[in-house]
Amino acid sequence: MSHIAPPAHWRRAKERYRLLGSKCESCGSTFFPPTKVCPKCRRKGKIVQTEFSGKGKIYSYTIIHSAPKMFEKYTPYILALVELEEGPKVMSQIVDCKPEEVKIGLNVEVCFRKLFEQDEEGVISYGFKFRPADDSWKGL
Amino acid sequence: MKVGIVGYGAYIPRYRIRVEDVARVWGHDAESIKSGLGILEKSVPSLDEDTATLAVEAARNALKRAKDVKPSEIGAVYVGSESHPYAVKPTAATVAEALGIVPNTTAADLEFACKAATAGIQACMGLVKGGYIKYGMSVGADTAQSAPGDALEYTASAGAAAYIIGGENLVAEIEDTFSYTQDVPDFWRREGAPYPRHGGRFTGEPAYFEHVIKASKGLMEKLGTNVSDYRYAVFHMPNGKFPLRAAKILGFTTEQVQPSLVVEKIGNTYSGSSLLGLAAVLDIAKAGERILLTSYGSGAGSDSFSIRVTDLIEERRNLAPSVRYYIERKEYIDYALYARSKCLYRG
Repeated sequence: MSHIAPPAHWRRAKERYRLLGSKCESCGSTFFPPTKVCPKCRRKGKIVQTEFSGKGKIYSYTIIHSAPKMFEKYTPYILALVELEEGPKVMSQIVDCKPEEVKIGLNVEVCFRKLFEQDEEGVISYGFKFRPADDSWKGL
Repeated sequence: MKVGIVGYGAYIPRYRIRVEDVARVWGHDAESIKSGLGILEKSVPSLDEDTATLAVEAARNALKRAKDVKPSEIGAVYVGSESHPYAVKPTAATVAEALGIVPNTTAADLEFACKAATAGIQACMGLVKGGYIKYGMSVGADTAQSAPGDALEYTASAGAAAYIIGGENLVAEIEDTFSYTQDVPDFWRREGAPYPRHGGRFTGEPAYFEHVIKASKGLMEKLGTNVSDYRYAVFHMPNGKFPLRAAKILGFTTEQVQPSLVVEKIGNTYSGSSLLGLAAVLDIAKAGERILLTSYGSGAGSDSFSIRVTDLIEERRNLAPSVRYYIERKEYIDYALYARSKCLYRG
């Protein structure tokens, strides 16, 4: 297993914990992972940090049966490209969902999960994953 | 100055295992366990869930209900648990980071078996009343451990409840609190040991009942209230039987306790237990109604609270999922899958 140094966890923690991306105030484009320069507006762009709502839909997906070592315990799992309602597409596992239940266009919402851990004694990386959106609680 | 609950949030993982599925593996009689413990099934976390992730989900729900509170206004974050993912590295910092409460806040993990988060609420009350912070958050979360085949395997479950404490925009005022603590070896886990041990029947009279009864009585004596002043009573729920017996000893009716008894369907969520019971009551309580809450943590102590629901509850409770929603959102797994998840999430 490759070694993941603590700074590598730490550097991406904020964006992974809170789904923090960036937005260009000049043209309105949104980005995840966050960018420092707007590729459209270049030096005329004004990039600010933005927290995405966590709502989106599945743009595409695949089922992983043969996974890298750190993800072996989750197989078979769903790996998807989620199109956020603000525009950016992010790669994420889809949880609380069986492989046979997933489909393109499925509405999903963000949740907070363990992403991977180095080993029994290493740092645990947390962050966003997505689960099928469920608004049924509004009636309960 | 008043102090109380500005927002509350619950979270229970999706998976369940039935008493029958555990009993079959160990050759136990499921019916006698169900009637003896008052438990039908318990919640089980996913492979990628731990105390930190449960705490974040509950805390996010609490923040949704406390809609006037900006994360940056929360000056203290406490997470009570006996299953913090790290022995050294605070879960509370992860929760504060995930909610955007960082960096101008204090944070700490608390441990007192199943009652650490009510101690966290008391700490927040003090900081708010003392004027040191505007809001504080206390979260009770656990992915409880149990040795295979032990009686605890039927009850030790996973869940979380989070409370934002403040002085204004209260959904419920905390009128007062009273605690009762002694050194009692009823349940413990030594450093490095994978599973807790317990004193069997010793966990009853000198431990749970002694502390729950004395703390509840102490609170009511301090306030000059009696059981009929409370519409609801909420007790820590190590099983389905203990809280009902404690209620009976104190003179509460089953009707006063029943709405908080979430243990039958989700098991004992340890640090989340009494606070999920309180959340279930806040989900249905009406303005003006009073609630007596008494937690219990082995080792041993109880924190008792007298709570009065305010008008604001009506517009706030529907801003996040109810406890009932989480109880009904479930998928059963068998013992083989359960064993796999237990084995793997311990590393």
